[in-house]
Amino acid sequence: MLEKLTASHPKAILGSVDRFGTLEIRIEKSKIADVVKTLRDDQELLFSILIDIVSVDYSTYAGWTGERFGVIYQLKSLALGHRVQLSVTAPEDEPIVPTISKLFGNADWLEREAFDQMGIRFAQHPNLKRLLNHHEFVGHPLRKDYPITRRQALSTNDSLMDEMEARLKEKGYV
Amino acid sequence: MINPKTLLPIESSSEGLNAVQPKEKKDLVMVNLGPSHPATHGTLRVLCALDGESIVSAVTEIGYLHRGFEKDCEVHTFQQCIPYTDRLNYVSAIMNNVGFCKTVEKMMNIQVPERAIYLRVITCELNRIIDHLVCAGANLVDIGALTNFWYSFNVREKVYNILEKLCGARLTSSYTRIGGLSRDVYPAFGEEVTAVLKEIRKGVLDVQKLISKNRIFLDRTKDVCVISKEKAIAYGWTGPTLRACGVEYDLRKAEPYYHYADFKFDVPVGSRGDVYDRIFVRFLEIEESIHIIEQALRKLPDGPVMTGDKRVALPPKQQTYGNIEGLMNHFKIIMHGICPEPGVIYDATEAANGELGFTIVADGSKNPYRIKCRPPCFMNFAVFHEMIEGAMIADAVANLGSINIIAGELDR
Repeated sequence: MLEKLTASHPKAILGSVDRFGTLEIRIEKSKIADVVKTLRDDQELLFSILIDIVSVDYSTYAGWTGERFGVIYQLKSLALGHRVQLSVTAPEDEPIVPTISKLFGNADWLEREAFDQMGIRFAQHPNLKRLLNHHEFVGHPLRKDYPITRRQALSTNDSLMDEMEARLKEKGYV
Repeated sequence: MINPKTLLPIESSSEGLNAVQPKEKKDLVMVNLGPSHPATHGTLRVLCALDGESIVSAVTEIGYLHRGFEKDCEVHTFQQCIPYTDRLNYVSAIMNNVGFCKTVEKMMNIQVPERAIYLRVITCELNRIIDHLVCAGANLVDIGALTNFWYSFNVREKVYNILEKLCGARLTSSYTRIGGLSRDVYPAFGEEVTAVLKEIRKGVLDVQKLISKNRIFLDRTKDVCVISKEKAIAYGWTGPTLRACGVEYDLRKAEPYYHYADFKFDVPVGSRGDVYDRIFVRFLEIEESIHIIEQALRKLPDGPVMTGDKRVALPPKQQTYGNIEGLMNHFKIIMHGICPEPGVIYDATEAANGELGFTIVADGSKNPYRIKCRPPCFMNFAVFHEMIEGAMIADAVANLGSINIIAGELDR
């Protein structure tokens, strides 16, 4: 798998390790969507399911020297049964990662969750709104500098009409 | 006075019957299903644009039960996270305990004793059965078949009686520990489980007798809210809902753990991917789980239920009070906690709803640096709005029950 990826995306692979029986590959951030597309469509790889997207804030991680934020992708192939873990990092001042929501349906919500909880922005995402927290929420709770006891109340519900208007427009309603 | 133009037959008007009218938003009615409504099973909100009773377009909102499970775990030790996992899918709490502990054990390369493994299998399958009973029972109530609810919840109560004797709690069990179980089973456990399995079979049969030839049930579920195999996979569906679409994928077969490879059981699959298939796949899975429990009870070995690994297991009390090594070991685990090596791990189990996974990022300290839970129903609900578009409101309610959304794990 690794040879294949190195051949098709020579500049995308930054390193890899096989620790708990799953290959973990570090990917250059800007190439993540291309790599995921290859993994999904290549007939010998066929990673058909996006299992999860995990965002990490490494700011207090002991001995960490890389960029502050990390995004970890878990993929699984139904046909071939293997798994792979991809990871990218993003800097503190501009935590932007290309979206893969065009490749996998559930990436839409998983990326919204990562944005909501960690403040990682996914470029070209169709609707990067908060998912678990409400729309008046300020900050990103899973960042290490967000105090665990800080609560935020909601004053007015989200009408959801922005999403609804967009969907109705798609369906031809005027 | 009547305008003569309005009396003209419609054919004679310039546009005629088949002229395409522009679809106008003002003809639609916006209705919120939930967030606090019995039919939404907890706290989900679906905003529907209705044309008559048909749903033209839908948008969902989640997060009403978001407690910050992942943030809370970061300030607790690994053992202290176990009670939090109870509250993910609270209908089958032990499966979450097992999923979490298995991930940490894999990370630290801990060998769990055989007896604990078999007991984990037995309790997990009991939990799978009650989860499916709750799902099917509540689903049937939503479409108006109340009696089935009593039949399935009666036996669920009896399973809870066993779980209560086992770990002192009915719903939030916290039964496992990293490296094994909190305690061994009580002496009559085997007989009581065997007896309850018989009642479960009867309960499921009673429900099936009521519904399998019931015209109303069939009309309400067959070909309702169909999802194709390809779409289900693209949205990351797993578990019974994916199998209902005809994909034979079960982690217990695909990546066997805990001796599942040695148990004889089948993986039921559906063919259409409609509400009917999703309900019946669960009924058939209950039967398979009963088979697994019977085999596991027969094979249940003697021995300890907690590993002797000094990194995670507290020493026996006489050693804690009797010698200095035991005392230090006890002190180290209580004060310094369990400390896996730094690294990232993902591990998954087949929970009642599908693949329940935990990603753990460890930095070598006693607290997990980052935990991410992969709730199976999150993926199911991400496509819910597309499934119900074109269906009727009543179908949306039937569909919601069939994909078994548990807000506890959906919102975390």
